[in-house]
Amino acid sequence: MPETVLELDDLTVRFRLRRGDLTAVNGVSFAIGRGETFGLVGESGSGKSVTARAIMRLIPDPPGEIQRGRILFGGDNVLDKSDAEMRALRGRHIAMVFQEPMSALNPVFTVCEQISDALRTNLGLSKKEARERVVELLALVGIPSPQKRLDSYVHEFSGGMRQRVMLAMALSCSPGFLIADEPTTALDVTIQATILELITSMIDKLGMSLLFITHNLGVVAHSCDKIGVMYASHMVELGEKREIFANPQHPYTVGLLNSIPRLDIQARHLTPIAGSVCNMMEPPSGCKFHPRCAHAMDVCRRDVPKLKEVAPGHHAACHLHDRGAAT
Amino acid sequence: MTAQGATDDMLLEVRGLTKHFTLHGDIYSKLAGEKAQVLKAVDGIDFHIRRGETLGLVGESGCGKSTTARLVTRLIEPTGGEVRLKDEDLLAFSPRRMKETRKDIQLVFQDPYSSLNPRKTIMHILSRPMEIHGLARSWNEKRERVLQLLHRVGLSVEHIDRYPHEFSGGQRQRIAIARALSVEPELVIGDEPVSALDVSIQAQILNLFRDLQEQFGLTYLFIAHDLSVIRHISDRVAVMYVGKIVETGPAAAIFEEPLHPYTKALLAAVPEADPGKPPPRLTLKGEVSTPIDPPPGCRLCGRCPRELPVCAEIEPPLVDVGDGRQVACHNL
Repeated sequence: MPETVLELDDLTVRFRLRRGDLTAVNGVSFAIGRGETFGLVGESGSGKSVTARAIMRLIPDPPGEIQRGRILFGGDNVLDKSDAEMRALRGRHIAMVFQEPMSALNPVFTVCEQISDALRTNLGLSKKEARERVVELLALVGIPSPQKRLDSYVHEFSGGMRQRVMLAMALSCSPGFLIADEPTTALDVTIQATILELITSMIDKLGMSLLFITHNLGVVAHSCDKIGVMYASHMVELGEKREIFANPQHPYTVGLLNSIPRLDIQARHLTPIAGSVCNMMEPPSGCKFHPRCAHAMDVCRRDVPKLKEVAPGHHAACHLHDRGAAT
Repeated sequence: MTAQGATDDMLLEVRGLTKHFTLHGDIYSKLAGEKAQVLKAVDGIDFHIRRGETLGLVGESGCGKSTTARLVTRLIEPTGGEVRLKDEDLLAFSPRRMKETRKDIQLVFQDPYSSLNPRKTIMHILSRPMEIHGLARSWNEKRERVLQLLHRVGLSVEHIDRYPHEFSGGQRQRIAIARALSVEPELVIGDEPVSALDVSIQAQILNLFRDLQEQFGLTYLFIAHDLSVIRHISDRVAVMYVGKIVETGPAAAIFEEPLHPYTKALLAAVPEADPGKPPPRLTLKGEVSTPIDPPPGCRLCGRCPRELPVCAEIEPPLVDVGDGRQVACHNL
């Protein structure tokens, strides 16, 4: 494995709400190497976006709180950094692309103003230099005639073009690490294809590492090297992409893959996962997936399964895999 | 259900259906004497649905799929064209007749959070349509039927007196489906009914649609932007692009061998959940064209990899290419 850029160790994020405590991320650990693309997959409420925001230290406190764990970026614990150090890190070293470009970009500033803001603060460029760099960046992300679009406002762009602007902004200070939180979910499938292609080519060209968050298994199948599957705040499966698709080990991952209707064959019935996602305010005991799992055993109701290596480089958190060890 | 379809199995026929919205510019453009722009949301489409069949209507945002659903149900009035339900002209129905007919065509919407009244119990939500259409009189009868409906969609008696906020997204969509079925419709129109749901729940609801169709011989017009969902649920498919149907035919044929450049592009852009499959890519240039005052000729002009000179001038009509397929393209 290449040199580790980001490492999460037992990250646990809790929100103290009026209704009670909610643990959104529970003991999540994974590592991303230089130049690697890591896909974090899960359904709504599984904790994937909270994980991303914790890395950027964007969890509002209160009500949020990082209860335990470490986030090592380039060897330093992000959680120990001062606000000033964090500001120096964000944008310059780790950048983030969000799902909704319309709400992530500022509607009252032109595209050039917002992107050059980042350039001038982080890199100390002059107004003129920044403007020239913005033109380059917009051209890089494939915005036609960037000279003309510089002084446009966000609402003057289409959804796909807005996402390109956001990517240009994220790439502006040449960060080594990019977090993309559902960057194509709000887009039509043809636009999604172009944005995915763009992100992958940028990663290659600039030698960045990528944390890609999505609920769409089709998207990770084509844009990531490694995959982590989250369910109800836990990481349930972790490994190389091909290995996970070919040989899923956690019943939830198997269920997810079976739930997707296929494009090449028409099945009469799909095989969905029974029941619905647990209420995170009152999560079930033991394995969070046990109420929906066809293989649930007594131990699943009692103990939270730990993430264990089930094959070289392939980890799963499921009691089905301790049977051999226990007996 | 009415047993009229023994001789004629055509349930819905749409010919030349058109909806143009006039965009009134601001006062300055009016003073300057500029002509109002016209947004051609649906621009002359033809399709039909036979009894017991599922027609999948697929396309990207803004292509006119939802407008089509609204036109067919007369929630908005078309600018032109014909909608025939059981060989009768739906657009000529009197308001009273239309009200009666609404029981035959029911809608299931995308967002079950906004399509169910938060202040009413499930009992109320499911029994009100029966009251309106005089399908159940006494309270006992209504309750009996509501229980049956809940059972059919996979909910149970304990849910009957609850409010929508007590349910998850998937359960709410089940309630919305039960409401559509409460008046024993013939045609159910689903306008992106599974788009707001997580994959594992989406599969449950798709199975439910399928089971109900088999049980009650329902006919579906199923609208979605997700091609694999359309592939799964549809017998026949119609692909829309900027207000036009560009290709239609049996689902298997279209997905195995798409003929229109736009259908091909759509399929090539889908990322399949299988790393062994080719990665998604865009085979068209640029972005979706605008439906506002579209130029003459094919709507795909300027984006199409197989463009001919004629494409910019004459709009390609939807022509039969055999095997029940129709394609609107000059370059076949």
